[in-house]
Amino acid sequence: METKLKQKELHTHVKTKFFMSADKKVKIKKVLSYTAFVAPAALFFIMIQIIPFLMGVYYSFTSWNGVSSAVEWIGLENYKTIFTGDPEFYNSFMFTAKFMLVSVLLTNVIGFGLALLLNEALKTRNILRTVFFMPNVIGGLLLGFIWQFIFTKGFASVGNLTDIPFFKLPWLGNEQTAFWGIVIVFCWQMSGYMMVIFIAALQGIDNSLLEAAKMDGAKGWTLLTKIIIPLILPSFTICLFLTISMAFKIYDLNISLTGGGPFNSTQSIAINIYQEAFHNNNYGLGTAKSILFFIAVSAFTTFQVMLTKKREVEA
Amino acid sequence: MSYKKSTFIVELIGIAIAILFLVPFYFVLVNSVKSFPEILVNAASFPNKVLFSNFSKVWGLINFPKAFLNSLLVTVTSIVGIVVISSMAAWKLVRTPNKLSQILFIIFVSSMVIPFQTVMIPLLKLSGTLGLINSIHGIVIMYFGFGVSLSLFLFHGFIKTVPTEIEEAARIDGCSEFGVFWRIVFPILKPITATVIILNTLWIWNDYLLPLLVLQNPDLRTIPLATSALFAQYQKQWDMGLAALVLGIVPIIAFFLFLQKHIIKGVQAGSIK
Repeated sequence: METKLKQKELHTHVKTKFFMSADKKVKIKKVLSYTAFVAPAALFFIMIQIIPFLMGVYYSFTSWNGVSSAVEWIGLENYKTIFTGDPEFYNSFMFTAKFMLVSVLLTNVIGFGLALLLNEALKTRNILRTVFFMPNVIGGLLLGFIWQFIFTKGFASVGNLTDIPFFKLPWLGNEQTAFWGIVIVFCWQMSGYMMVIFIAALQGIDNSLLEAAKMDGAKGWTLLTKIIIPLILPSFTICLFLTISMAFKIYDLNISLTGGGPFNSTQSIAINIYQEAFHNNNYGLGTAKSILFFIAVSAFTTFQVMLTKKREVEA
Repeated sequence: MSYKKSTFIVELIGIAIAILFLVPFYFVLVNSVKSFPEILVNAASFPNKVLFSNFSKVWGLINFPKAFLNSLLVTVTSIVGIVVISSMAAWKLVRTPNKLSQILFIIFVSSMVIPFQTVMIPLLKLSGTLGLINSIHGIVIMYFGFGVSLSLFLFHGFIKTVPTEIEEAARIDGCSEFGVFWRIVFPILKPITATVIILNTLWIWNDYLLPLLVLQNPDLRTIPLATSALFAQYQKQWDMGLAALVLGIVPIIAFFLFLQKHIIKGVQAGSIK
């Protein structure tokens, strides 16, 4: 009797043990397949983005010059330099902020206007959409070179032919025309992109809502500002987010159109960081600037997303 | 909707704006076949004589075939890798809903706000140590790392809408995890894969700063690098500059015109998600 009981005990023990190992096997298999699927993406991502980012945070507190292997910890010295003794960075920041405000506003207004235009039953709709979007597929570097020619040679020729003062301005030659030059090219490049997003939003509007509003006598401007825009606010959130981050990070277009000139008046923050690191060899100072740049970009974009999200209505 | 007079006016306005949008292309094309003195006399006129010598000169100067192949190689291999690793990871993250998956997803996505300039300087040091400088595979690996955030985000959003029944059935039939993914799931992801490919093509093909830092060897130059090198050397030599620009934009414009419907749809899908 006793032995039988013992045997049974043993049996159940073996049984649970067996099941446990089966469970474990399944679990190990699951962990292995999870690793096999997720690890490649995670590894590349960590190696290329996360580690350099953390290194950047560290280097921003050092006097690293990129050449000597000695990296000296200097605490907040770099940040102090940026805030107290670097008028060029301050100027770059102000230029970039001003450029961002103006170009974000214009790009979205033009993009939205084009979307409204193409929302009509036009015969040339598809061709127009293609044309408006086309500048966006060309990279900023080539666009900048193209427009450098148009501003300096093309505009001058048109000015000679037509005598319109606008074309006779010293384009890219002084602070104002260089600023507006970059704004014009940015709008030309990006408004088609924003248009495409706004078109998708406009097409998503429930037609019965529009009909109902029209029945109630809403027309033109009222229909647009009271019905259409509130209904597609999510698309404004997206477009503002995209244009703010693109304008604030502008580099390629800026470098090829004005090179930051004349007299560094159109030097974006991205160019300033590049110069600091790779021309002046102040890697530590450069990374400190790039960390501030990161903070500014995230602050602007999260602030904007919060602001517009709050206003979005569920339709 | 009937075609009214007001619609006709809107149509005319649209066409006028479209012409305005195309004017820059006119300037570039027309002047790329002029001689240098003729450009200086009048940049707005049609060419007196169409010269193709600008093109033949520039073709060899920037070694266009080489630059084109480099751009193509970098873009295609980067995108194949990005699609493979980010679709696989996105699928597992969606299908394994636990804390780890959540945290990983948040890290992947939130990194999208990090500007390139913020990682650029340490990345250059790190990649020097890892031997990724001056090699095509080096820059491709970097594109894997940078491209994975947005691509994974897009795949993740799409996979959430895919029902799991078919996958379960395949598993019961004895399909391995890789089999389930590649034979069952991946074909379903086709629309979002197209979006991922298009967005990454526009980015990588046109990218300038990363190749500038990584591909210093002239033999490895991509199209943007070759163009900017020419401009640095022959400043204000617009006859050659414009021919180089035409060569530089033709491939991507052709790509766009050929696939425009998919591209516009892809860009829409990519930004709305």
